[in-house]
Amino acid sequence: MVYLDHAASTPMLPEAVAAMAELLGQVGNASSLHAAGRRARRIVEESRERLAQAVGARPSEVIFTGGGTEADNLAVKGLFWSRRAADTRRRRVVVSAVEHHAVLDSAEWLWAHEGAEVSWLPVDPVGRAQPDTLAAELDRYGDEVALVSVMWANNEVGTVQPVAALAEVAHAHGVPLHTDAVQAVGALPVDFAASGVDALTMTGHKLGGPLGAGALLLSRTVELTPLLHGGGQERDVRSGTVDAPAIAALAVATDLAVTGQPERAARLASLRDDLVRRVCRVVPDAVLNGDYDPHNTSDFSPSARLPGNAHFSFPGCEGDALLLLLDARGIECSTGSACSAGVARPSHVLLAMGAANDRARSSLRFSLGHNSTATDVDALVEAIGPVVERARRVGTTTPAATVGTA
Amino acid sequence: MRVLAAMSGGVDSAVAAARAVEAGHDVTGVHLALASAPASLRTGARGCCTLEDARDARRAADVIGIPFYVWDLAERFRVDVVEEFVAEYAAGRTPNPCLRCNEKIKFAVVLDRGLALGFDALCTGHHARLVDAPDGTRSLRRSVDAAKDQSYVLGVLTADQLAAAMFPLGDSTKEQVRAEATARGLAVADKPDSYDVCFIADGDTGRFLRDRLGSAPGPVVDAATGDVLGAHDGAYAYTVGQRRGLGLSRPAADGRPRFVLGISPVSRTVTVGSAAELAVSELVGVRPRWGGSVPAGPLRCAAQVRAHGSVTGCVAELVGDRLQVRLEVPVRGVAPGQTVVLYDGDRVVGSATIEFTVHHPVPA
Repeated sequence: MVYLDHAASTPMLPEAVAAMAELLGQVGNASSLHAAGRRARRIVEESRERLAQAVGARPSEVIFTGGGTEADNLAVKGLFWSRRAADTRRRRVVVSAVEHHAVLDSAEWLWAHEGAEVSWLPVDPVGRAQPDTLAAELDRYGDEVALVSVMWANNEVGTVQPVAALAEVAHAHGVPLHTDAVQAVGALPVDFAASGVDALTMTGHKLGGPLGAGALLLSRTVELTPLLHGGGQERDVRSGTVDAPAIAALAVATDLAVTGQPERAARLASLRDDLVRRVCRVVPDAVLNGDYDPHNTSDFSPSARLPGNAHFSFPGCEGDALLLLLDARGIECSTGSACSAGVARPSHVLLAMGAANDRARSSLRFSLGHNSTATDVDALVEAIGPVVERARRVGTTTPAATVGTA
Repeated sequence: MRVLAAMSGGVDSAVAAARAVEAGHDVTGVHLALASAPASLRTGARGCCTLEDARDARRAADVIGIPFYVWDLAERFRVDVVEEFVAEYAAGRTPNPCLRCNEKIKFAVVLDRGLALGFDALCTGHHARLVDAPDGTRSLRRSVDAAKDQSYVLGVLTADQLAAAMFPLGDSTKEQVRAEATARGLAVADKPDSYDVCFIADGDTGRFLRDRLGSAPGPVVDAATGDVLGAHDGAYAYTVGQRRGLGLSRPAADGRPRFVLGISPVSRTVTVGSAAELAVSELVGVRPRWGGSVPAGPLRCAAQVRAHGSVTGCVAELVGDRLQVRLEVPVRGVAPGQTVVLYDGDRVVGSATIEFTVHHPVPA
């Protein structure tokens, strides 16, 4: 099996598995006062410190959640509610048009149910939200804005956003900025304090940690209205018994991913450049989406694109058909745009980048991760030619409907 | 063979896919998302396209151990099946959407796409048999389960479409299929059969049409006298052969029940008459389809005009591009838009869409 879908989920690191496995058999609620509880509490707090250290945050800024989606919901809805409570004029949410659905749909939910206004921040053709664009939006709406949310790096096309510059613009207008850094932590240098952002989402299973464990890093100066009510375990912002084994594994994985980041990023970027070069050689009209230099596809600036990301449109093909054909050959990748029923829709990210419907439907994402090798790239390069040729016979979109009546 | 198995989420298609795997084929499951705005959960026995059905299909594919995908054909289905269904009613005809779906979606878009992707056959859970003769010709036959036989709704398929079809259930009864599903651990074993039109979730075809076609009032006229007997709010709500719900103000002169004989959408007239006048002895069909070679002259065979309907001996003959079917025994309640499927014993010979019917008064 050739696994080229690390952006969807990457294998757990053995150290994280070991940490989790060791704790799964131990009893203890971290909120209990007895010895078993204290032991669990100690594991959680040590993990909090270790994770905070790895991402440039203070331990008190780490709020453990059940994953990235929960952290995104908590940040967008929680910031909206708390800011509106403090100032009823602040009902506007500014989010980039290329956000993950966890952010997009949270903003839409606020619009539909909480009377929020939403500004969809446009992006340039490589998928980047420009600080000038944000400044113009904030100049226009001034003190109506509750929060800004722009992801650190895009999950589909891998484009890295100028998060620090965007945070600076937001702060100049007195607005907090949340960033979904699910794809970034472990893949890029991420320093919460240095970035200046007010809230940052991260998750375990994208960096070698467990599924179902994540965190919202929340600046000490920011107030947040809770989403989940109950025991108030996490800073009175997130309730629910903390999952000590998963948190321990998350901390181990984050630490290892961050420590090894520079070396791994260089290796994956080089592997990815090789993949892009060779795929483009086999399929000359393939279009690499995202941030790149069209005249020199071998030279990617690591700060501009996720190192493991290669995202193409294959003209004349449907992403769905390519995926099926590659899957049948044991190569696993993603169209990056599946809804709950598994029905493919054109990618909202590519559409926001100005791509036509056809280009958006013909896209495919290959994402490399910590255990990817040159052999994986070789297998893809070998398969992609015949697969694209076959997919072209299927066509791009559903053919125009024919109406035949008696 | 590489086989694409259409999986609706029901018990039949799940067992069909499992049998294809067992026969040694390399099978991939595909669920067709046909509803434009699918409901989350099934309600009752109607509907085939809820998200729950998609999940049931995926679960069955997991149990069988095959790859599974969802293909979004909602737009094609809306245009080719739903809109045509409405347009046919608006034109005073009575369509069969299941047949249209087989003809235009399953054995057209899906089959073509499958073949283009490198699959050799499309497997479905239809209750019908395919029999290959020693000379290489293939024929479509009725299922051994007469009550569940679906050869009628497949009667529109051409020889090319049949050549790439696979119906693994034709030799089994529905009861056997359910028992096999249970034995195979398929959770859909007890799922109710689907009935009626899948895209009309509440089963109220009249309201579905009224919502789309609006009010179009017109007269209800006596065929014999030309008298106006009543009024209606839309001729599309009537079907040839219909007896109930005519809302006539006066009883017939002879005191006998009256039936809808015809619908004229242009004049918005619904014509009613006696049971005797309802009987037709000749059908003329358009778009003839042949499962095998085109017959050279008049063909003595049997005609069936609706799913699970009875068969009537007939002589069918191509006249130009139209199919003329002379029935040995007059048949009641045949509406334009219905499909006549021709059988030779249990073998499907061909089909056509009924354009008009002829009533020959029986000589006194």
